[in-house]
Amino acid sequence: MDLRMNYENLISSRIQQVQPSGIRKFFDILEEMKDAISLGIGEPDFVTPWHIRDAGIYSLEKGFTKYTSNAGMAELRREIAAYLNRRFDLQYDFAHEIIVTVGGSEAIDLALRCLLNPGDEVIVPVPSFVCYGPLALMAGGTPVYVETKAENEFRLTPEELRAAITPKTKVLVLPFPNNPTGGIMERKDLEAIAEVLEGTDIMVISDEIYAELTYGQHHVSPANLPQLKERTIVVNGFSKSHAMTGWRMGYVCGPAPIVTQMLKLHQFGIMSAPTTSQYAAIEAMRNGDHDIEKMRDEYDGRRRYLVEGLRRIGLPCFEPKGAFYVFPDIRPTGLSSEEFCERFLMEEKVAVIAGNAFGPGGEGFVRCCYATSMKDIAEALTRMDNFLNNLRKKQAREQGN
Amino acid sequence: MKKLLQLLEEDCTLTTEQLASMSGMSAEEVKAAIRAYEEDKVVLGYKAIVDWDRTDRESVTALIEVKVTPQRNEGFDRVAERIYQYDEVESVYLMSGAFDLTVIISGRTLKEVAQFVGQRLATLEGVTGTATHFILKKYKEKHLIFEKREEQEREWIFV
Repeated sequence: MDLRMNYENLISSRIQQVQPSGIRKFFDILEEMKDAISLGIGEPDFVTPWHIRDAGIYSLEKGFTKYTSNAGMAELRREIAAYLNRRFDLQYDFAHEIIVTVGGSEAIDLALRCLLNPGDEVIVPVPSFVCYGPLALMAGGTPVYVETKAENEFRLTPEELRAAITPKTKVLVLPFPNNPTGGIMERKDLEAIAEVLEGTDIMVISDEIYAELTYGQHHVSPANLPQLKERTIVVNGFSKSHAMTGWRMGYVCGPAPIVTQMLKLHQFGIMSAPTTSQYAAIEAMRNGDHDIEKMRDEYDGRRRYLVEGLRRIGLPCFEPKGAFYVFPDIRPTGLSSEEFCERFLMEEKVAVIAGNAFGPGGEGFVRCCYATSMKDIAEALTRMDNFLNNLRKKQAREQGN
Repeated sequence: MKKLLQLLEEDCTLTTEQLASMSGMSAEEVKAAIRAYEEDKVVLGYKAIVDWDRTDRESVTALIEVKVTPQRNEGFDRVAERIYQYDEVESVYLMSGAFDLTVIISGRTLKEVAQFVGQRLATLEGVTGTATHFILKKYKEKHLIFEKREEQEREWIFV
């Protein structure tokens, strides 16, 4: 094709600043491999429970195929409010403080775009999921990355936060339970954060998509703390808790004056979240609590097994208390995260994700997702053991020469 | 403890080490608990669920409703015992409702099963009637679905 347009000049300079993910090539390689095992994709391996799928199907049979109200069906918002109260002791008014969104990601985008003015800074603890920085950039903001540390179990400490705050700071993202580290923030950690934020105008966007997946203790939201509630926007959704990733169902809750603004943006950009998915989501809220327990139990078993296995074969890792990832420290191998992932995939046909894909603080670690079968986890551990043994032999030989 | 049983019920091929990490017990505790379960007959055995239709072996299964005259002091137990001793009998359940026992029988051919019902089962003392239902297709057993799921087409995604 003869190109007459100079796309580089006409494409937004902001989007050009956003780096494409470098991980894609791994997936392409993985696709071609036989007997490959992937601990790469961060998604429940469960199918959405049947009663929830059935509710979606039923709504289609009934012909409920029109838009819903912009904020999402009132019935669903009522159920979400009841669920948040029941499970997390959070109180939100369904009429003014909740919007049903297209996944948690849209909620994050809405929040950032409704809060940021050009040049405003957004503090993003890393390692964390990759969307916050690019979405902040596109909203005219400047992401400021704060590296959390393995020795702190990847929590955000008040010192780290204080050091990152400037007069331009507008938003603090709290991505806990955390993808990729499995780290969580307990009440005392959040209280320390609250002290730092006291007296500032900094808003908190709390991405709680993994809130149901905590092990050994209950999730605490910043909105559970009275001193943080008024500055907190809670993002959550159905993807991880109810194995509903493909339905694209999320929601955002927060102070009415901000939610009102987000609703304007949502109504122009999206209209309303998918109707079929909203019907399924109502069923998930009403009758889905036992599904959550069942899946969490299953993940918990795999989590313990994977952590113990990794430690046994010589990779230190702190015990992840949330989400469905283990984040072992691969520095003892002397390889960089990317080298490790590439060689592990080529030599043993197992895909894990390099920690630096989740921000600078992730170098020296890899993410292993345990939302996959015990058979695959066991096999991946055997192959990892093999890989490490071969690596040690090679390194010993090289040193001998 | 209950956790261990649940894990075993779902997948009895898990190794002792896997069971130990998943249940939060030590390997020794797991071994001891399993031994106790087996001795107390809490765990009766370990079997694979086979889809014989995917092999070249012929096999038929029938569900038989059996009506029984209960016997003094022993109720239905004595007849049930006499039925379940046969190798052909896979399962026997005492039922509420219009009949008394459900007997599940598998054999190589329809004829084999029919003969068993006619000659062994129906003639037992205390059995007053039978109704045989042949199983035409198995969809699900013990939470396992017989036919392979279609895989969803999937291109690259990073989450």
